[in-house]
Amino acid sequence: MTSDTRAGWRPVTESVGSVRAMKALFLRDLKAAFRQRQDLLNPLLFFIMVVTLFPLGVSPEVSFLQQAGSGILWVAALLSVLLSLDHLFRHDYDDGTLEQLVLQPQPLFLLVLAKVAAHWVLTGLPLVLLAPILGIMVHLDGNSIGVLCLTLLIGTPVLSLIGAIGAALTLGLRSAGVLLSLLIIPLYIPVLIFGTGTVAAAGEGAPVSGYVALMSAFLVLAVTLAPFASAAALRISLSNA
Amino acid sequence: MSTTPVYPPRCSRSGALMSEPLLQAVNLQCERDDRMLFRDLSFSILPGTLTRVEGPNGSGKTTLLRILAGLNDAWSGDLLWLGESRSYQRDEFVRNMLYIGHRPGIKPLLTPMENLRALMAGRKAVSDDLLRQALTGTGLAGFEDVPCRRLSAGQQRRVALARLLIADEPLWILDEVFTAIDIDGVAALETLLVQRARDGGAIVVTTHHDLQLPSMQRITLGAGDDF
Repeated sequence: MTSDTRAGWRPVTESVGSVRAMKALFLRDLKAAFRQRQDLLNPLLFFIMVVTLFPLGVSPEVSFLQQAGSGILWVAALLSVLLSLDHLFRHDYDDGTLEQLVLQPQPLFLLVLAKVAAHWVLTGLPLVLLAPILGIMVHLDGNSIGVLCLTLLIGTPVLSLIGAIGAALTLGLRSAGVLLSLLIIPLYIPVLIFGTGTVAAAGEGAPVSGYVALMSAFLVLAVTLAPFASAAALRISLSNA
Repeated sequence: MSTTPVYPPRCSRSGALMSEPLLQAVNLQCERDDRMLFRDLSFSILPGTLTRVEGPNGSGKTTLLRILAGLNDAWSGDLLWLGESRSYQRDEFVRNMLYIGHRPGIKPLLTPMENLRALMAGRKAVSDDLLRQALTGTGLAGFEDVPCRRLSAGQQRRVALARLLIADEPLWILDEVFTAIDIDGVAALETLLVQRARDGGAIVVTTHHDLQLPSMQRITLGAGDDF
C-alpha cells in the first residue's frame, strides 16, 4: 500500500480534458464490443436477412424491387439500429461503470456523445458499408446506390442519437424493449421518410441536394440536442436505481 | 500539479479539529416507495475522519451514500460542499469525490489493467507503471491481463479498490467495500483507510463487517417508519 506523506488535504483542481476523456471512453467501448463479437453481428445479420427475405416473400420482379428496394433497406437498417439500442447503456448500467461515468468531472453530454459515436461505429457504419451490396441485390442503379449510402451515412447517426434518449430513459426497467420501440419509432419516422424520399428522387433523376440538406439538418439538430436529453435521462434513471 | 489549496492544509495527527467540513448534510430527508428512510438527518464529514453509516438491511444506507455521491436526486434538505450548496459546484464536487458502489464499475470483458485505465481516464493521467503498481498493491499481480469475467468476485472488487491506491480525491464514499474480500485484504484495506484518514482524507463507508477503527463517526439509520 502506498503511503502519502502529506498532512491535511488538498482539493483536486484539475482533471483530464473532455476530449481526452471522450477518446478514452470511445476506445474502451470499441474494445469491449470487439471482445463480444456475436453481439455486433446480430443487428447486421438481421439487416441482411430482412433484405434477402423480402424478394422471396413478396416478389423477385426487377421492377418491384427497384421501386421498393430503397424502402426495404431503410426500414431494415432502422429496425436493426433499434434492435441494438438496448445494449447502448445496459451493460454499463449493470456493471456500475455508468455510475462512474456520471461522476466523471467532464460534462456528461460529451461522454454520452462519445458513447453514441462508438455505438454508431459498431452498428450504423457496418450497415452503411453493407448497403451497396444489398443495393445491387435489389437492382438499384448505381446512382441510387450512391444516394442510398449517403442518406444512410447521414441518417444512421441520427437514429443512434435519438435512440440513445430512449435507451437512457428505459434503463431502469426490467424489460425495456417494447417501451423503447414505442418511444423511439415515432421519432424515427421523419428520418425514414426523408431517407427513402431522397433515394426515390434520385431514381427519378430529380436533384437531391434539398433532401440531403434537410437530412443534414436533422443530423446537426440531433448531435447538438440529443446528448443533452440522453444525459438528463441517464441521471434520472440512475437516481431511481 | 500546480494546485493552490483553497484551505490551508492542516495536520490531523494531533487529533484536534482540523478544519471545516468537506461535506455537510443539513436536515436530509429521503422517502422511498412511500417509506420514510430518514428525516432530519444532519451530520458533517470532516477531513481526517472516517464515518460509518450503520443500520439494518433496507434502512437506506446505500441510498444515503448515493445521495451523498450525487447519484440520487430524490431527497430534500441541504448538502453543502465546503460550506456552500453542492448543487452550484457540481464540477468541483465530483472532482474531489471518489465513489465505489455496490456494483464496482468493472467491465467483465476488459482486463484489470484496461478497467483501471478506463476508470482513471476521466480523472487524471496515470502511467501504466503506476496502474500496474496499484494492481500489485491490491494483490492482483499476474492477473493484470486476464479478462475480469475470469476473476473471482473478490478479485473483481480488488480491481475497483486498486483505484484507492492512486486516488487524489479527498472524499471517499465506499459502499460495502469489504464484500467478497478475504481476511488479509480486509486488514490491508482497513490499514489503508486509517492511513488515509490520518493524511487528511475523509471517508464514508457502509459495511456489515465489524469495523473497529479509532475515532470513527457513526451515522445510524433506522429501519424506516412503517417497520
